[in-house]
Amino acid sequence: MTQFFDLTLNGISAGMIYAAVALGLVLIWRATRIVNFAQGSMAMFTTYMAVALLDRKVGYWLAFVCALLIGLVMGALVEVVLIKPLQGKPELNPVIVTLGLLILLEGVIGSIFGVQNRGFPAAFSQSGLTVGSTQISFSHFDVFILVAVLVLMLAILVLFRGTNVGLRMRAAAFAPESARLAGVRVNRVLVLGWALAALAGSLAGLLVAPTAAFSPNYMDLILVYAFTAAVVGGLDSPLGGLIGGLLTGLALSYVGGYLGSSLEPLGAAAILIVVLMIRPEGIFSRTAARRV
Amino acid sequence: MNRRIRLPNQPLVRHLILAVLAGLGFWLLTSNLGSFRDFEIGEIATYAIVVAGLSVLTGVNGQISLGHGAFMAIGAYTFAYLQMHSSMPLVVELIAAVAAAAVLGLIVGIPATRLKGPYLAGMTLILALGIPQLADKYNSVFGGDQGLTTLPPNPPGSVDPQRWLSWIEILGALIVMVLLANLLRSRFGRSMRAVRDNEIAASLAGIHVPRTKVLAFVVSAGCAGLAGAFLGLSTGIVNTGEFALTLSIYLLAGMVLGGAGTLVGAWWGGVVLVFLPQWSSSLSKDFSLGSSASANLAVVIYGLVLIVVMMLAPGGIQGGIRWLGQRLASRGGRGTSRPTPVATGAGSSQEPDTGALATSNTERTSP
Repeated sequence: MTQFFDLTLNGISAGMIYAAVALGLVLIWRATRIVNFAQGSMAMFTTYMAVALLDRKVGYWLAFVCALLIGLVMGALVEVVLIKPLQGKPELNPVIVTLGLLILLEGVIGSIFGVQNRGFPAAFSQSGLTVGSTQISFSHFDVFILVAVLVLMLAILVLFRGTNVGLRMRAAAFAPESARLAGVRVNRVLVLGWALAALAGSLAGLLVAPTAAFSPNYMDLILVYAFTAAVVGGLDSPLGGLIGGLLTGLALSYVGGYLGSSLEPLGAAAILIVVLMIRPEGIFSRTAARRV
Repeated sequence: MNRRIRLPNQPLVRHLILAVLAGLGFWLLTSNLGSFRDFEIGEIATYAIVVAGLSVLTGVNGQISLGHGAFMAIGAYTFAYLQMHSSMPLVVELIAAVAAAAVLGLIVGIPATRLKGPYLAGMTLILALGIPQLADKYNSVFGGDQGLTTLPPNPPGSVDPQRWLSWIEILGALIVMVLLANLLRSRFGRSMRAVRDNEIAASLAGIHVPRTKVLAFVVSAGCAGLAGAFLGLSTGIVNTGEFALTLSIYLLAGMVLGGAGTLVGAWWGGVVLVFLPQWSSSLSKDFSLGSSASANLAVVIYGLVLIVVMMLAPGGIQGGIRWLGQRLASRGGRGTSRPTPVATGAGSSQEPDTGALATSNTERTSP
């Protein structure tokens, strides 16, 4: 029972990470109908930028904020340089280009920092909290992960629902042509969407680096788990991404805990296949079936 | 004027003639080169097999797979396992490797029929990461980090063992090319293209769309299984490190650079996959890069190749050659306006077949 409890807590904390990456995938999918397979490696890139700053004795929080800003700029750059020219091309082209970006970034970081595992500091203590007299497997840092991702989600929600920019973003995602006719600068909105997505990814990268085997490919598995989470949530809905992230995090935590961690990826594959066979539009999506 | 030698029109005869010619060329080439060059040519043939399979799946049928490294791993492990635990002839072990990979292809292909583009890419990406981990999980069977060892085949007479192995790989590659070339010219090949171009239209025309897609996956996975077994043979060892995610992405890069959807392009892809690491290591020596930079230069180049080719020339090398050929043909043949089929090498179909990745404008689906 204790193991189940601990696995549940671990699953929640991992699920919040998947949710943050999934949020990035969802933002990009809504805006451009592209799954950004470089989402994970872009986050890896910004986290290594934080490492570079930390190595130069910059304080943790400054490095944290700088990495997030680098992510923001990077997302915008990727949209302008790589994604915009692909508009209107077959849907496999952006898949291949983002995969190219995935290994390009891993290669670049590997050549600068080496491919060996290294440490990344956590903002708060990683030893479990004590509730009553027992120590549970949920640390101060896990609380921070939970809060940080929820704050990010809320901020995105407020942006989408409560501001003019958010309205434009939703309009551009929903009906690009009509939005353009109504005066929305769709291209700029797409750039903003990519920038925010990369910001969300960077946050996840910074949060997961202390607990993962931190090396240039540490986001590979997290990306596919986040993809699973996003598909479970419907790829179209940010809230679905959060719930999908939690469900995926819990399921994979149980798979890892009871069956062995090397089965986690196949567990994710099983979730993905089952969800896509039963409800291709995701469990939480309100939209109708995908267009053919 | 027309002194051009015409190949017979029947696809099977024509592809067999081309394959025999290519085989003769390879035989001359390997007989005159040293042992290490023979090894490289065998590797090129091996990669050409898997890239050709991927090319049929992605370029001709429009289904992307980021998991072909996993199919190769299944083939390689099956082959090595049989070599260690049985004494069957080599051909049987190779066929078993193909069959094992094809079965996994069937398992992946069935859900794949309901997935489109990015969804399929994501699912196969998970497989590329997940399947190799099974070998770690069941390390008593699969040897864990050390992996399994393979035995090189015994050459007859005084043939150099390396040369003999290369010949086997080349022969395998040519057989695969002939089979694939015939497949592409058959009813099934036309069905695959029709499904790629428009699924609804294809099903209205009476094509069983799911069956076509699953079959494409099975064929493609089978090719990867054979290539995996060959790779295990030529390296002498099969372990998980060889089948990392990067392998699957490199295969994709080889396919894209060679020219998706063409079998000749698969050979270009094989050449790139074998020589790019060498070029990059000599490049990093020239620029005297540090150890981690030189170890990662090839990765960087693969990434750049994928991006640049996809952005600027989605037809790849073979697409470029065709374009050149057509330009030359249209210039030279102004007097005799005869539709010249562009001659391509060992058994390719003649349609410009880069549909899935082409530059044509297709309507973006809006939510």
